[in-house]
Amino acid sequence: MLLLAHNMLTSHVKGVKNGYPMLLKVNEIDEKEIEFSGEFITRMLPRLQWPVLVQVLKDIGKPDLVPAEVPEDAADNEDFLKAAHHALLELDIINGELECPESHMKFPITDGIPNLLIKEEQE
Amino acid sequence: HTHTYIQTDMKLKQLESELQEVAAFTSPKILLEQYPTTPHIAACMLFAMETQFNDVAGKAVADLGVGCGILTVAAAMMGSHYNMGFDIDLDALEIARGNFEEAEIDVDLIQCNLADPLPVQPKSFDTVVMNPPFGTKKNAGIDVLFLERALQLANTAVYSLHKTSTRKFIAKKAKEFGVSMQVVAELKFNIPAMYKFHKHKSVDVEVDFLRFSWD
Repeated sequence: MLLLAHNMLTSHVKGVKNGYPMLLKVNEIDEKEIEFSGEFITRMLPRLQWPVLVQVLKDIGKPDLVPAEVPEDAADNEDFLKAAHHALLELDIINGELECPESHMKFPITDGIPNLLIKEEQE
Repeated sequence: HTHTYIQTDMKLKQLESELQEVAAFTSPKILLEQYPTTPHIAACMLFAMETQFNDVAGKAVADLGVGCGILTVAAAMMGSHYNMGFDIDLDALEIARGNFEEAEIDVDLIQCNLADPLPVQPKSFDTVVMNPPFGTKKNAGIDVLFLERALQLANTAVYSLHKTSTRKFIAKKAKEFGVSMQVVAELKFNIPAMYKFHKHKSVDVEVDFLRFSWD
């Protein structure tokens, strides 16, 4: 699971009012190389919650990979776009856990796949 | 014009032949209506989505009910930049992952029940593509539920397969959801006799390839 996915995922536990963002605990992380596209990062920026990315990088022990705020010239700022690309698309969470911030229900990430089935549906 | 047509035709054929490598379900589950999308249909769909509508290359594409992942492999081959696949069935997700590794594409996979509210922020993706369950077994209405979920996720367009016999009903639902619906193609979906209750060797089902959008 990439951090771009973490930025998109939200808790859907019944009755939870504020299930975003999910807390992330990482046991195993892989780094991979993905083809860079500044255009893609620029396309995604308006849909992202930047402070959530900044916080989750801190939580998983990788602070300072990206600036605290999106620079005004983001679309033309290659250094920024490359840093965002790396943080969002090149860190792969292999094993760990997502946790609903409100109900504290936990969802395991195994072999890279988060299991977001609600507990009663989990075997 | 003939020259362009031949080139286009070759690209489509090449896509279809590469999709032949994608493995299908080893033991399909009847309640989940796991009928594999054929390489031919997957190639036709993603090719049209890109060449007619520019909805694939460089885009974030989600696949609801990803199954063995053939639509997502086709999306990646047509140049999508980020893919996410959702399925309730871990066995299917593991087959999908094997297919993605084989095709050397990176896909985020999420195990979740698409009948529940989506565990994803709305409008996270540009495009959603899916071959939803037709909802003809014990899960009537699941096709429309998938459509509703897909429309929550997409910014630009949703592409889906629905039985031609349900076209009027789906059009009515599209209107209720505030989107326009376009029949991109009419396809014949050959459902092989994978399950014991099928009396015939295989059966052709007429299927609409539909595009839903806000324009």
